Amino acid sequence: MDVILLQILNGLDKGSAYALIALGLTLIFGTLGVVNFAHGALFMIGAFCSVTLQRILSWSFETIDPDKTDFLGNPATVKTPYVVEWFGESTGLAIIDWSVPLAILFSIPIMIAFGFIMERGLIKHFYKRPHADQILVTFGLAIVLQEVIKAFYGANPIPTPAPSAFTGSFDFGLLLGFAENTIIYPYWRMVYFAFSLVVIGGVFSFLQFTTFGMVVRAGMADRETVGLLGIDIDKRFTFMFGLAAAVAGIAGVMYAPINSPNYHMGMDFLVLSFVVVVVGGMGSLPGAVLAGFMLGILESFASMNIIKSFIPGIDQIIIYLVAILILLTRPRGLMGRKGVMEE
Amino acid sequence: MSKLLTTRRSVLRTGAAAGAGLAMPTIFTASSVAAFTNDPTGSSVTLGFNVPQSGPYADEGADELRAYELAVEHLNGGGDGGMMNTFSSKVLDGTGILGKKVEYVTGDTQTKSDAARASARSMIEKDGAVMITGGSSSGVAIAVQGLCQEAGVIFMAGLTHSNDTTGKDKKANGFRHFFNGYMSAAALAPVLAARYGTDRTAYHLTADYTWGWTQEESIAAATEALGWNTVEKVRTPLASTDFSSYIAPVLNSGADVLVLNHYGGNMVNSLTNAVQFGLREKVVNGKNFEIVVPLYSRLMARGAGANVKGIFGSTNWHWSLTDEGSQAFVRSFGTKYGFPPSQAAHTVYCQTLLYADAVQRAGSFNPCAVAEALEGYDFDGLGNGPTHYRAGDHQCFKDVLVVKGKENPENEFDLLEIVEITPRAQVEYAVDHPMFAGGDLGSCNGGA
Repeated sequence: MDVILLQILNGLDKGSAYALIALGLTLIFGTLGVVNFAHGALFMIGAFCSVTLQRILSWSFETIDPDKTDFLGNPATVKTPYVVEWFGESTGLAIIDWSVPLAILFSIPIMIAFGFIMERGLIKHFYKRPHADQILVTFGLAIVLQEVIKAFYGANPIPTPAPSAFTGSFDFGLLLGFAENTIIYPYWRMVYFAFSLVVIGGVFSFLQFTTFGMVVRAGMADRETVGLLGIDIDKRFTFMFGLAAAVAGIAGVMYAPINSPNYHMGMDFLVLSFVVVVVGGMGSLPGAVLAGFMLGILESFASMNIIKSFIPGIDQIIIYLVAILILLTRPRGLMGRKGVMEE
Repeated sequence: MSKLLTTRRSVLRTGAAAGAGLAMPTIFTASSVAAFTNDPTGSSVTLGFNVPQSGPYADEGADELRAYELAVEHLNGGGDGGMMNTFSSKVLDGTGILGKKVEYVTGDTQTKSDAARASARSMIEKDGAVMITGGSSSGVAIAVQGLCQEAGVIFMAGLTHSNDTTGKDKKANGFRHFFNGYMSAAALAPVLAARYGTDRTAYHLTADYTWGWTQEESIAAATEALGWNTVEKVRTPLASTDFSSYIAPVLNSGADVLVLNHYGGNMVNSLTNAVQFGLREKVVNGKNFEIVVPLYSRLMARGAGANVKGIFGSTNWHWSLTDEGSQAFVRSFGTKYGFPPSQAAHTVYCQTLLYADAVQRAGSFNPCAVAEALEGYDFDGLGNGPTHYRAGDHQCFKDVLVVKGKENPENEFDLLEIVEITPRAQVEYAVDHPMFAGGDLGSCNGGA
């Protein structure tokens, strides 16, 4: 029982990331009809927004300390961050400590602008081209983006710690009457899960309860009619692209403390998120969220040693296996609508 | 009715083409002129540096390349000479190798066996490289070593730590300066037992490929010999990025030590995850929970940030060593690039000097003569103390460093502190040790 609970909890944070990326992916597909393989790269860029802000906040001036020596035996330079100089030691260090949550604010305008430029500058020209072309161009873009990041930040992962208030883990087991240390779960992952629920809730309410969202949904259902009513649906869809980019971006920002960002993290998530979208049903938002969490949790279970001992390597293929099973039994995915990608 | 199509002209044409084809020297067949593959006949000699320039180990590859450039500079008489001044052998005089200026070409292994083989092959066939060296993965090292054996060139391995490189996959043309999983374990286990006691229960997470397997086997055997229990060994896919689902069950298993047989990005992520789960603050079986990383790399430790503090591991070399050779190398490298070299940079620099020295002593670039000069060679002054290149498996034997993540780093490079320099005698093993058995060195291939 405790093992099962543990793995469900474990699947939640990974599921959250899948769900957030898949949400943006399916949003773009549903509105613009584009299969955006650069979406994982947007997640990665979000994570690097965390890294960048952390670096900006840690920007330091150097003073020479004659008492210390560097690795060559010369007098060492001591770095003092400007924020510490300006705001005093305690406030300055607290600002650096909280760089990841602060990076959410930092990343949103960047990601929206990035989404706009990407859509207007490149993807727009591929609306009328076959899906294969769209996949190729966005996949190419993803490779370019990750190489650019690698050129600037190097290939090794960059540590981006969560605020020190969130270090350590919570003992769920004690709460449920298990022995100590049976079910533990890091605080930051709880934050990530809660954060993803808020973002998913926000996106759904935006689409459900605002006029803008209503028009977008109408456009997703029947683009032509909405256009005939005199509404510039393309402009709204461009905005949705920006929104989807921002969702992927902040998902990446908050994920940075869970796994130190590296240039390749987008690709790692992209393929899985794409499977999540297909399993959830192309163009279905609730499907993407449901499938995201479901596959995250299944993946967690599959990496248990007891299951791996029955079927070796199952942890590497479980997601694809489930995808095959679901597509065999429900070809439109879990919550796919009729008519999507079927013309 | 058929007409006889054979004419004198067509016979001549076919014959000439066939003759030209047969006469064309290829790297895998004998050429009647050269005695061995890529015999350098001009005033220069070309070495092939095969390092990961893209992919997950690109940073280590870049550091290896810096060290190679430095070595070439020193061999050609430039710079301050670095470790050439402290090297026990004095036959290198800064005039290149055998009077030929050293030039180099580079290839990108991408940390993929097939890409690494392709780039090595291209350097041998197109650029005429007489020796191939480099790499940051055992899978790649074993693949390229095999290719060099077939091609008839010497392979001076870079960073490769799997027992198999000089164990079951050893080759007569391949040489390894870097240490291996067995040596790490033999050095580390007694230190662990001394610090953490002999009544410990270990849980292993292991990268699922040749290096991980041999590292796990080595460290489990060495710790068990000192009284530790191994409760579980879990293989994790090399491509994993999130290890939480592997780490969550650890506390529940009754283990009080987690051994991370991971390297590179795997190590950074699994260690970060383990620290996030608060494992290091837990008390299990009445003892503080501990984490061990058998193979440390400073470049990787940087990625894990503060998480490495207090964690034990081993390393082949560290820039803070105070012997003459290490200091000369750090000075030379640090002055040129502005930061201290990594262990990857150190091992490839040594390998380049060792190769050049062997050629010089042998008086020939012939791989078989070079191999003979390296086999059983004793040297000193390259940063690891007295070192022996064993003839039986082409593995270097030298002291091993047991290190610990430093609690209070003085600068951004000061991440590891040396806990013990384990003497060579403690990490030696027989050529036919079970963990290394099964392979055959074979005989050297000069390609002729």
